[in-house]
Amino acid sequence: MTSPRISQLAILGVATGIFSGLFGVGGGIVLVPLLVLWIGFDERRAAATSLLAIVIAASAGAATQLIYGNVDFVAALTVGVPAVGGVLIGTWLQQRIPVAVVQLLFSGLLVVVAVLVAFE
Amino acid sequence: MIAMAIIIGVAAGVLSGLFGIGGGILLVPALALVLGLDHVEAEATSLLAIIPVAAVGAWRQRSYGNLDVRSGLAIGAFAAVAAVAGVLLVNVLPVELVRYAFAVLMLYVAWRMAVTAIRQLRAEPDPPLPDGQ
Repeated sequence: MTSPRISQLAILGVATGIFSGLFGVGGGIVLVPLLVLWIGFDERRAAATSLLAIVIAASAGAATQLIYGNVDFVAALTVGVPAVGGVLIGTWLQQRIPVAVVQLLFSGLLVVVAVLVAFE
Repeated sequence: MIAMAIIIGVAAGVLSGLFGIGGGILLVPALALVLGLDHVEAEATSLLAIIPVAAVGAWRQRSYGNLDVRSGLAIGAFAAVAAVAGVLLVNVLPVELVRYAFAVLMLYVAWRMAVTAIRQLRAEPDPPLPDGQ
């Protein structure tokens, strides 16, 4: 499968960054649906690509927050280490669930986030 | 409290791997409500905790053959810059109005995702029924 054009990648990145900066939602919740509905990635490829994009974007954001001194390292380890275990389970699970089912579950997650955004 | 934070951490990771999201949706409330960080600290700490989670997820996905490295790197770089613009826009835009518009847009996207998923599920050939059924 071919990679999207650089202009498409720029639009995807800018849309993801602006919406997550504006509403405090994670990039993945914006990026994954765009990759699926616009670029035509399946749910696995979209999730994989989104995770790498998050590494880059979150690193930039975390670096800024480190400078401001807002990061609690002990708390980060307390939730982060179990979450690394969880992501191994999640990616393993994702390869074993039909892509359309994962996509259906994702649309449920979107509804939850929409409600959280509206009533924050 | 620590046990609760660990359980929520695992759940956040599972969501992250399953859906390709960071998991902040669970990590931020866990950090704020369970571990008692204030809102800014919780957001900042979640951002740091997400990095290794997403990195391990991306690495696993790469070995499953699903990762488009070029796209991921480029989108991430553009997003990192644009996030700053997003934060600045908060001060300029009528955020309450935009917030509802965004929520409605997300509901529409959820509907589109569900429709294409259901179409895909229906297109999968069902195993043929035995004769006479």
